[in-house]
Amino acid sequence: MTEPFLELVDITKAYPGVTALGGVSLAVRPGEVIGLIGENGAGKSSLMKVLGGVTAPTSGQIRVDGVEHAALSVTGALRAGIAFVHQELNLFENLDVAANIFIGREPRRGGLLNLIDRKKLRADVRPLLDRLKVDFGPDTMVGDMSIAQRQLLEIAKALSLNSRLVIMDEPTSSLTLTETDRLMKIIAGLKADGVAVIFISHRLGEVRTCADRVLVLRDGRAVGELARDEINHDRMIKLMIGRDLKSLYVPPASPPGDGAIEIIDARTQTYRERAVSLTLRRGEILGLAGLVGSGRTELARAVFGIDPLLGGEIRIDGGAVKVATPAEAIDSGIYLVPEDRKQSGLLLDFAIVDNISLPDLGAYATGSLVSRRREKANAEVQRKRLNIRTPNVTTRVASLSGGNQQKVVLAKWLSMKPRVMIFDEPTRGIDVGAKKEIYDMMRGLSDGGVAVLMISSDMEEVIGVSDRIAVMHEGTIGGFLERKDFSEHNVLQLAVGGTAH
Amino acid sequence: MNRKDLGLLVLILVVGTVVAIRQPLFIAPVNLANTANLIGLFGLFALGQAFVIITGGIELSVGSIIALLGVLFVTMVVISEVPWPLAVLLMLILGALIGFVHGLLVTKVGLQPFVVTLCGLLIYRGIARYYTGDGTAGFTFGVSFPDLEWLTMGRTAGIPHSFIAMIIIAAIMWVVLHRSVFGRHLFAVGKNEEAARYSGIRTHRVIIASYVICAVLTAISAIFFAMYTKSISPSSHGNFYELYAIAAAVLGGCSLRGGEGSIIGVVLGTILLQVLQNLVNLLGIPSSLNFAVMGSVILLGAIADQQFARRREHRRIAASAASG
Repeated sequence: MTEPFLELVDITKAYPGVTALGGVSLAVRPGEVIGLIGENGAGKSSLMKVLGGVTAPTSGQIRVDGVEHAALSVTGALRAGIAFVHQELNLFENLDVAANIFIGREPRRGGLLNLIDRKKLRADVRPLLDRLKVDFGPDTMVGDMSIAQRQLLEIAKALSLNSRLVIMDEPTSSLTLTETDRLMKIIAGLKADGVAVIFISHRLGEVRTCADRVLVLRDGRAVGELARDEINHDRMIKLMIGRDLKSLYVPPASPPGDGAIEIIDARTQTYRERAVSLTLRRGEILGLAGLVGSGRTELARAVFGIDPLLGGEIRIDGGAVKVATPAEAIDSGIYLVPEDRKQSGLLLDFAIVDNISLPDLGAYATGSLVSRRREKANAEVQRKRLNIRTPNVTTRVASLSGGNQQKVVLAKWLSMKPRVMIFDEPTRGIDVGAKKEIYDMMRGLSDGGVAVLMISSDMEEVIGVSDRIAVMHEGTIGGFLERKDFSEHNVLQLAVGGTAH
Repeated sequence: MNRKDLGLLVLILVVGTVVAIRQPLFIAPVNLANTANLIGLFGLFALGQAFVIITGGIELSVGSIIALLGVLFVTMVVISEVPWPLAVLLMLILGALIGFVHGLLVTKVGLQPFVVTLCGLLIYRGIARYYTGDGTAGFTFGVSFPDLEWLTMGRTAGIPHSFIAMIIIAAIMWVVLHRSVFGRHLFAVGKNEEAARYSGIRTHRVIIASYVICAVLTAISAIFFAMYTKSISPSSHGNFYELYAIAAAVLGGCSLRGGEGSIIGVVLGTILLQVLQNLVNLLGIPSSLNFAVMGSVILLGAIADQQFARRREHRRIAASAASG
């Protein structure tokens, strides 16, 4: 076996209160494909940030060609031959392929004029594209290319840097089956050329197809390594889970009632041919699990009227409702606590009181003049009810902590009459104490007869809080789980397209 | 009154005092009345502009609308002998229609406000010139409309009616912007359209309404201007007025990024601009420097405002660091 050119030894990355990585080691040899798997938050991204020189590890060594470094810089990582193909592609859509590959290091001519040597640029790009056998040319505009083509472009860019290691983060999450097959061939080609690949994916089938070995991370630690002949679905899942979930669960005060909202054959823009049907019962918390990109947020956006519903219908208490705009959804009592609270949930520059009254200003107005006194009175009630920690309700929302900001989003809707509440990643970036308060609030809502849909990628949250779980897989419901069948194993199985057992 | 408005008021008072000391004519009743009249005329459409700017948009066709509606109004009452109240009503409807179309193009078609209203600027000016055959539309000698003239150009207790009209409209608009549901929605849409939408605000309607308000106020101002100048040559009437409007709004604390602004600020901004014009005349500064003086004052104002904002931000960060 060849010598590794890159070694991570006992890498630890600690943030105040959190250990993102605890003593992870990894050696990369030329021409090997390493599968890197783990749940959301297991430490995959942290490890990759260390490799890319974006963050410095708290302790541990990085050895490149036998030379030890305490940390890599971004340029150091580039010089070591490490290249990334990111989940969110970092390309300039307004430029063409050649410009993107050589951005920042364009061949020059014309002396002081500093012109781009277009001929040389194109000549340099050609062989890279030929090597990957792509179906686009140096002049193709990136804006006109598919996601799959853009990924190939990123790989071409990596090759142009003479990379020895290409790190692919969820490269297949938006590819079709044939495109995925082609990517697998390209990975095999890179391998044959002696380029190493780290393949990060939730799609275990693909990991099994392409990886020479698999490293499993959990809670910031390497919990196992599987050699080529040991790689299979069950072993990978077992290693990824391997812990007991603390029981957060508070059972409902009374068994759930009838269906409050029915989503029938709903189709959304990302998965135009896949339909979702689910019934949400009054007084229950339905967890909506699934991998990133499985279409959960798109479903929430369509039900709330942000994106058009391409087909199907929404019924509340048996009657069809129109949700062409958020205003209509709100009129029907469907409220959304969005995933991105800073951009979509709040007006950060506005005071707490202004944010709370915004969706229902008419209720605080006489004629159409808003009564500041009534607005403040209500905001005060919500502040006490939700325990929003702030000197007063005229404080700007931007100055609050994440948890308190989320409570302001909640306060907006709790001031009104919710029938269906959709939470999209309700506790992302929120500290443990505030999390618990938000869970209690959700339970309180459902006990009050509200149907609660909770989209979450946090396994502990999905299993600990839900009364029932629906798991989405590639734009449709992969299956439902009742409380007695809750396990990380079953959720993961359904999320990757398998069946629960 | 917020801190920015107060700063602007102080600036106006300081400039006014200095000018009055150097040239007592500044506070002569005739001069004050003339200036007040101009403040009224320019203030009307500056108020409208503020509504559009608060949504994060811009309305560049103000001057051309004033020219077009001006010639239409004059020809209508003088040549076609349409009763003037009806003509006024028609102008307001036409203004509303123009604003509505601008709003539709911005929201439903998704064009940039700058592009839409720049085209408006060119189109309305062109139509106005074509309509009069590039000639001048005016009140022929001997024709008079005493009621209309009293309403628009008359004075009560020495105060020009255009100024009174502007103050009344400003008061109404103050309530609309700072106290009504619509006003709050306007600020929300301007600050973060996405979050406004997620809160159930019909953002397109709000934006369209702002263009309608702007164009209707501009139409009112167009009638006042027509009565003030009495004759309109459509190639120059109202030229660059959109820039006066934008300048007044920006001086008055509106952010071109949207979501910020105050009615009092816009009125004060208009006052400052007119005082500056007046000062150039009274102090014997060559009138060719008119625009340069205006530009310099706005620039200094913007720089000062930026510095104050930065200092406030520093203080806030320091305060939150100390408490956290």
